[in-house]
Amino acid sequence: MKKFWLFVLIAVVYALHQDLWNWRSADPLVFGFLPIGLAYHAAYAVAASIVMAILVHTAWPSHLEEPEADASPSNTNEPAP
Amino acid sequence: MIPIIVVLLYLAAIAVIGGIAFRRSRENSEDFFLASRSVGSMFFFLSIFATNMTAFAILGSSGQAYRQGIGIFGLMASSSCLVIPLTIFFIGARLWAIGKRHGHQTQVAFFRDRWECSHIGTLIFILTIVMLLPYMIVSLIGGGTVLRDISEGRISYPLGCAIVGIVVTLNVFLGGMRGTVWVNVLQTIMFLLFGAVALFVISSALPGGFAEPIQKIAANDKTRFLLTRERMPPQYFWSYTFIPLSSIMFPHMAIMCFSARRLVAFKRTVVLYPLAILAIWLPCVFLGVLGHPALPDLKPTQADGVLLHMLTKYAPAWLAGLLGAGIISAVMGSDTHQVLGASTMFTKDIFVHYGGPERFGEKASVILGRVFILVLTGFAYWVALISTSSIFDLAVRFAFSGFAAMAPVMIAALFWKRSTKWGALAATLWVGATLALTWYAQHISDATAPKPGQPAVAIFPAFGPWLERNTASVLVHGYLPVVPMVLGSALWVILFSLLTPPPSRATLEKYFGAAQASAQSTTAASAAA
Repeated sequence: MKKFWLFVLIAVVYALHQDLWNWRSADPLVFGFLPIGLAYHAAYAVAASIVMAILVHTAWPSHLEEPEADASPSNTNEPAP
Repeated sequence: MIPIIVVLLYLAAIAVIGGIAFRRSRENSEDFFLASRSVGSMFFFLSIFATNMTAFAILGSSGQAYRQGIGIFGLMASSSCLVIPLTIFFIGARLWAIGKRHGHQTQVAFFRDRWECSHIGTLIFILTIVMLLPYMIVSLIGGGTVLRDISEGRISYPLGCAIVGIVVTLNVFLGGMRGTVWVNVLQTIMFLLFGAVALFVISSALPGGFAEPIQKIAANDKTRFLLTRERMPPQYFWSYTFIPLSSIMFPHMAIMCFSARRLVAFKRTVVLYPLAILAIWLPCVFLGVLGHPALPDLKPTQADGVLLHMLTKYAPAWLAGLLGAGIISAVMGSDTHQVLGASTMFTKDIFVHYGGPERFGEKASVILGRVFILVLTGFAYWVALISTSSIFDLAVRFAFSGFAAMAPVMIAALFWKRSTKWGALAATLWVGATLALTWYAQHISDATAPKPGQPAVAIFPAFGPWLERNTASVLVHGYLPVVPMVLGSALWVILFSLLTPPPSRATLEKYFGAAQASAQSTTAASAAA
């Protein structure tokens, strides 16, 4: 269930990138100089960072770091240093 | 004169860092190509970010903003803020684990082992190198141009290209991945600082601060579009969200993922990555738009120099030097990794795969890798001198689409145990064929391409809106070719994988564990029955 909601979160944030409602207007100017279309996408970048923090916090693939009993390098051709 | 002194000092520092890294190196190929998989968390973030940022992030972004307005930020930067960290999270982290577990050092080595194939891997290697080479040439051309412009012609273009090429070669040749990573740390800090400093200095010097020029742009009917996306079709804008899929498929990015010491290095990277993009792109795009009232007469071909012109006009000479070093950083941060990535692939995917070390010994891998670096940089330098950048700029845009379209192949290899080498082959051929077709369509429509602000025109009247041309690109029903390329690639992987037998149970166990491989075998047996 957690996975499902994380995918929904990613899908919603991805969809929010297409902000058609800001397409044809520069107003309001955020801080008096930043067109809304630019301010929105700057905020979007911050939102993307928050999404990634949520993913790291709730769905980190820590199992990838666990060593496998039968793991054996097969393609290195390396001598001992 | 001050700017060029700052830049030359910076270049000398990079060459010295390569020398120090050389003294720390050990003569085995994993150390040379991957720094013995020992890159720590913060270095990993700073290095992988430098790997992916080119001079375009500073010069191209401001130039495009001068021409097309604020939409460039959403088009090229904010989409990357989400998609690139997602690819690093889902693909990069798994590549790291597979590399650590099974010793792979390149994507092709993983594909070959995962799908029990040899020549299909070679085909993917060839396609990858063909798409990567123009990128390296463009980096050299960019470096030579910037050095010429900053020095106001005192350093000629050929000499500028040679200086950048020699410094890159020295750094990679001597330091390998370790030298490259160390330099990247310096480079990322340089160009992260650059945006903020440039914004602060220019805003202090502009009469009326930021608000007045923005009001001027809004009040002028000819420039008002720069503050909106009214000239940017929504399909075109959406298409661009596919482009950042290319990032992790660039060999130097994937190889960088193999070099991390621990998985936790990816944690900080995926969270900080969007903020770093924001820190570089937002000031550059905003200053590019502000360039319009400050420098209204730049020709389209001069627009990429808007930031240089603004700094010359509003900033002291030392800052122009810092800018030059920041731009050269961006050029070289990616160029060093591209050269090293290509060298790693050639050595591992061709020399090692076809039995080189058995015949010539392990040390030959490192020697060959270094010789390849010399030959490749020499070739790129020669091409940079005899060609114009426009042809390679175009090739780079195509390369982004091509690498993005290879992403389904990687996703299938990592996540879909039923995927097969024939699915990968079909997708690879699809990518190669669609790239060639798009190139052809672009070439024959150059003469009829509409001017900026005009609607797209049909390339072949019989196909109507299915194949159009706007000012810069071929469009497929209003979308960039990357959309059908990625979707088609995914379709071919699925279709041909389902029609052909999966890899052996041993291979599936190796990559997916015994339980999942067993379930796969049962499903395959049921389907056969």
